[in-house]
Order: sequence, then C-alpha cells, then structure tokens
Amino acid sequence: MYGNAYIDPNEKSNSITDGEDIQKLNAFESRISNGEKIEPKDWMPKEYRKQLVRMIEQHAHSEIIGALPEGTWITRAPGFRRKLALMAKVQDEVGHAQLLYSAAETLGKSREAMINDLITGKSKYSNVFNYPAYTWADACIIAWLIDAGAIINQVANAKGSYGPYCRALDRICVEESFHLKYGHDNVVTLATGSKIQREMVQAALNRWWPPIMHFFGPSDKISLHTEILMKWKVKMATNDDMRQQFLNMYVPKIWDLGLTVPDSKLMKNNENKWEYTEPDWDEFKRVINGGGPCNAERLAVRRNAEERGRWVRQALLAKDSKYLIPLA
Amino acid sequence: MNQDAIKELLYKMADDLLILGHRNSEWTGLGPILEEDIAFSSMAQDKIGQSQALFEILHSLGEQEPDIVAFMRNANQFHNSQFVELPNGEYDFSTIRHFLFDHADQLRFEMLSNSLFEPLAKLSRKIKGELKYHVFHANIWVTKLGNGNEESHSRMQNALNECWNFALGIFEESQFERQLIEEKIFEGEVELKKRWLENISGILEKANLKIPNTNTWQAINGGRQGKHTPNLQPLLDEMSEVFKIDASAEW
Ligand SMILES: [Fe+2]
Ligand SMILES: [Fe+2]
Repeated sequence: MYGNAYIDPNEKSNSITDGEDIQKLNAFESRISNGEKIEPKDWMPKEYRKQLVRMIEQHAHSEIIGALPEGTWITRAPGFRRKLALMAKVQDEVGHAQLLYSAAETLGKSREAMINDLITGKSKYSNVFNYPAYTWADACIIAWLIDAGAIINQVANAKGSYGPYCRALDRICVEESFHLKYGHDNVVTLATGSKIQREMVQAALNRWWPPIMHFFGPSDKISLHTEILMKWKVKMATNDDMRQQFLNMYVPKIWDLGLTVPDSKLMKNNENKWEYTEPDWDEFKRVINGGGPCNAERLAVRRNAEERGRWVRQALLAKDSKYLIPLA
Repeated sequence: MNQDAIKELLYKMADDLLILGHRNSEWTGLGPILEEDIAFSSMAQDKIGQSQALFEILHSLGEQEPDIVAFMRNANQFHNSQFVELPNGEYDFSTIRHFLFDHADQLRFEMLSNSLFEPLAKLSRKIKGELKYHVFHANIWVTKLGNGNEESHSRMQNALNECWNFALGIFEESQFERQLIEEKIFEGEVELKKRWLENISGILEKANLKIPNTNTWQAINGGRQGKHTPNLQPLLDEMSEVFKIDASAEW
C-alpha cells in the first residue's frame, strides 16, 4: 500500500534535462508517447532514473512499514478466520516489498542500500503509517480504506512507462483487490455488529480520516517538474484527481454502512466534484519530516529488526556456505 | 474407542500448533530477510489452520466451537508442550525450535495417517504433505546457519542446547498412552521420540551441531497437564484481547 510519490515542491525544476543528449531524449520521449515500456538496459534521462528509484523505493518501504501497524493485530485478531486472513494479508504486503525492491534494483540501487536509507530516515514511506492503529477497528479501516487508496494509486502507476515497475504493480494489484475485500468485509461486520463494535469502527474512521485525506499528497503545483514527470509517465495522475476518485468510490460506501465521515463540508457539488475541508497540510509536512506520532517508533522497530538479523545475513554470505538461495 | 484418550491427543496437538503458529506469526515484519518473514508467516498460517482443523474434530466429538475453545481457555487448560510457548528469542532459537518441533510433528502426523480413528487419519494424510515443506525449510536453515560462520555456528549450537530439554517435553506421555496404542489410535510418544531422534541426528550432523550429552537430558514436562511457564498466559491474553470484548459477537 502506498500514497502518491512525494515530490518536494521546492526542488529546482529548470535543470531537469540539462546535459542530456537531445537526440536520445527525443527518441526516449517518443517511445513513451507511443506507449512503449522502458526496460532496465534502455537509455533513460538521469532525472527519470532518479525519480523512479525514489518512487519505487518509497513504495517498497511503505509496504514493509505498513506491515507494522497491521502486524501488531495479527496476534490479537478475533477468531481463526480473521487471524488467518490478516496473516495472509500482511504476508502479501511483505511480498510486495520484495517485488518492489527487485524492481527498483533494476535501476541500479541495491536492496541493502534502500533499506539503509529507510532506517537512517533518508528516504520516505507513506505518511499514513506514522499513525497508530489503536484498536482492531483501526486495523480494519486500514485494510479497507488505505488499501483502497493504494489501489487507485497503483492501478494508475501500472500504466506508467517503466516496464519492471508496471509488471510488479500488475501482480500487486491482484492481491490488493483481495485486501480490499477483506477490509470491507471486516468493516461491514463491525458496522452491522453490536453497539460496541459500531462505536469502535466509527471512532477508528474518525481517527483515520485526516491521514486518508493526506494519503494522496497535497495538490500538485503546476510546475515544469510535474509536467515532465507526467509526460515521461512517471507520475500518472495528479494527487487531486486521485483524491477525487477515492472520494467518489468510497464515501457512498461509507455512508451506506451508516457511518459518518468527520467532515461537515464533505459533499458532491453541481459539477460532480467532491468538496471537503482542506486537509491540514502543515500537519502533513510535519509528519512526513519525522514529527508524527509513530515515526520514531516505526523506524526504531525496523532498525532493530535489521540489527537483530544482521548475523543471519552475514552467515548467508559466508563463502563456503552450501546453500545460497534462501527458501521462501 | 476411548473418547477421553482421543480428545486428550487432539487437544495437545491442536494446542501445540495454535501456540507455535502464534509465535511464528510474531516474526511478521521483523524477519532477518524479507524472504524469511514470508516463510515464517506461511508456516504460521499452516499451523493455525491445522490447529483449527483439529479443533473441528474435537467439536464433532462434542467440544465447543474452535473459536471458543481457542480463545476462551486459560493457560492451565492448555495442553501444549512448554517448548512452543517460549518467546521467539532471536532467529537462532526460533529456527532450532522450528526444526525440532516440526520434525516431531511431521512424524506424528505420518504415524497418525494410519490411525484407526478415521477423522484424524484422514486429516493427518493431508497435513503431513504441508509439513514436508516446513521440515525442508528447517533442514536448509539449520544446515546453512550451523555451517555459516563462527558466530552463526555458535549461536545455533547454543540455541540447540537451550532448546533440547524443552523439546524432549514434546514427548511427555499421556495417562491414556496404553489405550491409544492398544486401540491403534496412535503408536505412542516413545516410538515417536525414537524415530524423531533418528531423523534429526543425521541433519544435525550435517549442520555440524551436537546433540547435548545424554546424561544431561531431562525432559521438561508438565505442559500436557496444564502446567506452563509464565509466558503462556500473557500470550493468551493478547490473543483473546479483541475476541473477549464480546465473545458472543461475530467479528
Ligand atoms: Fe501492498
Ligand atoms: Fe494491501
């Protein structure tokens, strides 16, 4: 699961294609506009490679960090059916990370280097995972609505221009559709359950609404940078478009369940667009830059796992080792 | 057939699988490499699914529904061996436990696939196939890490020493042992332990790991009779935290 790639709005945009061979650049761009996929060995502009690595890496990190808030509910899941389903779901998310790291590796950055950048805080992951899952209902809302948001993003990105990323996303999207079903089924059960269950799920929705609205990122500045990334099919839809798509698909479903959305301004206007209270983007920035309720904890858990597992990875590198491929 | 004997056998097997499956699932998101995260999760899912299937048989013998039995009992009502309730520790401990337990469990299900108690025989024939993969995985990792480098070798040896007497507790005999054998329901813990030792010895040798000296062997029993370490009750409290908010609700 993942939000849209976070592009720093202050990044200089005038030098994106500086120094690139114009002929090669033109050929590259016409391949993309013809709908061809770019493959690892093909020529590509430096900025294209850089943005893709950043985006795929962020996506991969989001999958493993996303496994943490949900993972803590595996041991608490109520009943065999939910326990087995949640285990399978979180396992899928870890599998997504594996696929995505491999896709990013085709662009020249090793999994190790990426994980290192994650635990040192150098690279980002989806902001939503910096919020805690307080109750079982939070885990259910995540599985439904955060995965729903992720699907919108991933379906769009699967039509992008970089072959290995698109192929990874095609596989991921199939699994995500099961997550969505699982999450929806959980939320329906709670929303149609006992008074305690209904209150639990409404409270979780109230807590998760602001992070959900943040999920796709702030309105894109109409900048040259965004324009080029869209032309190169690195970025496939604007953040606002995806947010609108999400609201359009899910607000009616939320209302159908008798749940309320904690935004009194939320409504569809005459132009068929959703109006809503502008999310608090200062909060978004504060959280993405490390100030959220769980940033420190998430990274500490990840760092700790890396440290505890180091001896295993080192043993795998031993030169006289008999088996080189871990079985999974 | 002696129903009490059968129930006791089913409970201890189901409880072992539920508790170890739970422990395996605690590795989710925390494994030393992503591939192992995924492998431990697969094994956890199999084990929890297997325990559910055993509780279903118990249910058909008049016990409560699987969810109620699994989520509503206290530690002193659990029949699992103490071995499976111990915390995961590091990956060395978890891997050795996985190796020792799964070898025993695979043999147990293999033996039970000839049980005269047909529902269990039928289920065992299905489960022993799933366990083949678990044992294969354990063998590879034990061999790999036993031979890896100095640190991994000494970690694995220490874990084996630490696990050993607890592992012997898997084979704690039931008060119904004689009936189970006579009625050809189960060939018994003594026979199981014998075959287990044969199976693991060769692999441990390949892994360059030594089974502790026989004069130090002392099975840590009690689990089968509801005596547990202080680790089990907190595990159960956590497991049932949500379920107990309203045990009659659908979740
Ligand atoms: Fe995912
Ligand atoms: Fe997902």
